[in-house]
Amino acid sequence: MHIVVCVKQVPNTTQVRINPETNTLIRDGVESIMNPFDENALEMALQLKEKHPGTKVTVVTMGPPQAVDILKEAVGRGADAVVLLSDRAFAGSDTWATSYALSTAIGKLEKPDLVLFGKQAIDGDTAQVGPGVAVWLGMPCITYARAIEIADGEATVERLYEDGYEKLAVSLPCALTVLKEANVPRMASLRGKMAAKKLVIEPMTAEMSGADPAKLGLNASPTRVVKIFSPPPKAGGVKWQGEEPEVMAQRLVDLLRERKLV
Amino acid sequence: MALKIDLDLCTGCGACVATCPFGALSQRAEDGKVDVNEACTACGACVDVCPVGALTLEVADRSAMAAEAEQYRGLWVYAEQRAGQLQDVTLELLGQGRTLADKLGVELSAVLLGHQVRGLGDKLFEYGADKVYLVDHPALENYTAEPYAEAMSALVRKYKPEALLAGATSIGRGFIARVAIQVNAGLTADCTELDVDVEKRLLLQTRPAFGGNIMACIVCPDHRPQMATVRPKVFAPLAPVPGRTGELIEEALNLKDPVVRVLETVNAMQNEVNVAGAEFIVTGGRGVGAPENFKLLEDLADALGGAAIGASRAAVDAGWISSFHQVGQTGKTVRPKIYIACGVSGQIQHLVGMSSSDTIIAINKDPDAPIFGVADIGIVGDLFQVVPALTKALRR
Ligand SMILES: Cc1cc2nc3c(=O)[nH]c(=O)nc-3n(C[C@H](O)[C@H](O)[C@H](O)COP(=O)(O)OP(=O)(O)OC[C@H]3O[C@@H](n4cnc5c(N)ncnc54)[C@H](O)[C@@H]3O)c2cc1C
Ligand SMILES: Nc1ncnc2c1ncn2[C@@H]1O[C@H](COP(=O)(O)O)[C@@H](O)[C@H]1O
Repeated sequence: MHIVVCVKQVPNTTQVRINPETNTLIRDGVESIMNPFDENALEMALQLKEKHPGTKVTVVTMGPPQAVDILKEAVGRGADAVVLLSDRAFAGSDTWATSYALSTAIGKLEKPDLVLFGKQAIDGDTAQVGPGVAVWLGMPCITYARAIEIADGEATVERLYEDGYEKLAVSLPCALTVLKEANVPRMASLRGKMAAKKLVIEPMTAEMSGADPAKLGLNASPTRVVKIFSPPPKAGGVKWQGEEPEVMAQRLVDLLRERKLV
Repeated sequence: MALKIDLDLCTGCGACVATCPFGALSQRAEDGKVDVNEACTACGACVDVCPVGALTLEVADRSAMAAEAEQYRGLWVYAEQRAGQLQDVTLELLGQGRTLADKLGVELSAVLLGHQVRGLGDKLFEYGADKVYLVDHPALENYTAEPYAEAMSALVRKYKPEALLAGATSIGRGFIARVAIQVNAGLTADCTELDVDVEKRLLLQTRPAFGGNIMACIVCPDHRPQMATVRPKVFAPLAPVPGRTGELIEEALNLKDPVVRVLETVNAMQNEVNVAGAEFIVTGGRGVGAPENFKLLEDLADALGGAAIGASRAAVDAGWISSFHQVGQTGKTVRPKIYIACGVSGQIQHLVGMSSSDTIIAINKDPDAPIFGVADIGIVGDLFQVVPALTKALRR
């Protein structure tokens, strides 16, 4: 089996803020990490590889040259091959253009049986790239997957809903977007780290991927970000403290009754 | 579109560098003149501040696309149904869609996909739709992304709406992303505000990004339809008008059999109140300390006459409660009448899921917890004392 996992390097968004005076992103000191959900996608691939000997796991990322860090991390954990899709021509891509670019890179590889994505990337939070790539590749896509079994060229997948889950069956090849619930990602092994150290990664350019230049980057992206701003601060209300819990509880209930909320 | 820099005009004043929201501009080491990197989105913020006019946006010739876009008219809402039940978000979108369609002076249509769901059409009219496009087909009996996307794409190609809205639910986000590629349109995910620029006929789509730390306004200048998924509970439905009707257009499509087969559907919340639509929610965070302590919250929920139990991610990650209860960025968005947060610190990822609740009550022993910043009523205290006291007071 050949499994392709798409991973993205993202800023650790818990640290991202806006400078209120200039309305610009404060980037200083924000570390870059592998998108957390992509770690689960990679882990799913590695577990399938353990269960199905002969499986090859290829990790693909599109990003600036420094995205090689997460590819090294992936090799450390057990990925067999990596692709760094990197070119100024991809700059400014929205999910439409990103999914096209990724699909051309995947098209250059040995035909995958399974293409895995994280549920969403924590910088954009769109959850659109996985289903998008699947369309370009002509594959079905199951989103929000938390478990998978593969037998005889068929996958059985658990897909989460707001209030439950479904068991689905699909013939390979197919694409999945993977939830955090799916597994606990492993750490890089010592042997993996050695392999990662030796890794020499030659980026795949737009030309090498064979992509149509008219479908790349900002110019080919239907959406435009026209403004960013800080979320409006919400003013807090009253705060009670230093009194007996029973007193504060009674006051709250009285207030709710007065406002006819309970 | 791309940013053009006239280096002869640039004086190296650096004014533009500070205004770039994306950190895409810098001053060259050799002469201090401006340089742009790949983070540029051609938003134009810098063009306005350059005192010498050295920056311009090079606009590609899009007249052909603009002419094509002119043929698209009308606002569509995807009418999400599960097991024959219209989802609340559909009615919310019809409410906001009505306002936007009226501003643009166009019709509001709902798109209903499924099998034996024709009967749902009436409700869509009552909640504001002028037209309902219906595809009723056995391949659409259970939701799977492929036939749903195929049906929607076929309708879009034929009837050419200028905008298409869907709920940012697991169904909406799952198949609309396919439609966007199939019909070559832009799609903005998980919007929390929607407006229109009537003159330019643009949908102004605002959404949180970077984990809710920033908001971004996104438009789709040339491609049609302008597509967006919209978070549940951010808009309110209109009051239904009983007997209001409209035109039902049934489209007979030749759909392929689904490639993904549904083997089994499991409702994991059978006997529990779902936080997603609940009017009262009692939420527990890390402060609850152990799974068995959720009993205290359940008692309070019971005293409130059947509230749903919510949870922060910390509580879910600790394995104290299932992820179906999680509220926030990666959980559900809720808008109850009363939201009681117990032992929740109020990190931004939690707040984005609940801050539009009508009345927020926070119980936390740390007086500086950020949750107090959004709470209408904050009680500084130990939840193990305050929560039982509340339950008792309510039962009195
Ligand atoms: C990509 C991403 C997505 C995320 N999505 C979500 C999401 O969807 N939902 C979500 O909730 N979080 C989400 N988070 C996590 C979020 O950042 C916080 O880590 C989380 O909300 C913290 O949960 P908490 O408030 O329960 O725990 P803590 O932050 O540990 O807070 C516990 C609070 O309980 C109080 N406390 C302790 N004991 C008591 C007591 N006896 N009585 C009263 N108060 C007490 C403490 O003072 C403290 O304020 C996400 C994070 C990331 C990076
Ligand atoms: N630039 C990228 N390179 C590789 N994979 C990506 C990239 N962007 C998105 N993805 C994949 O698509 C998923 C969803 O991303 P998004 O649609 O941006 O939320 C991520 O979890 C990744 O698996």
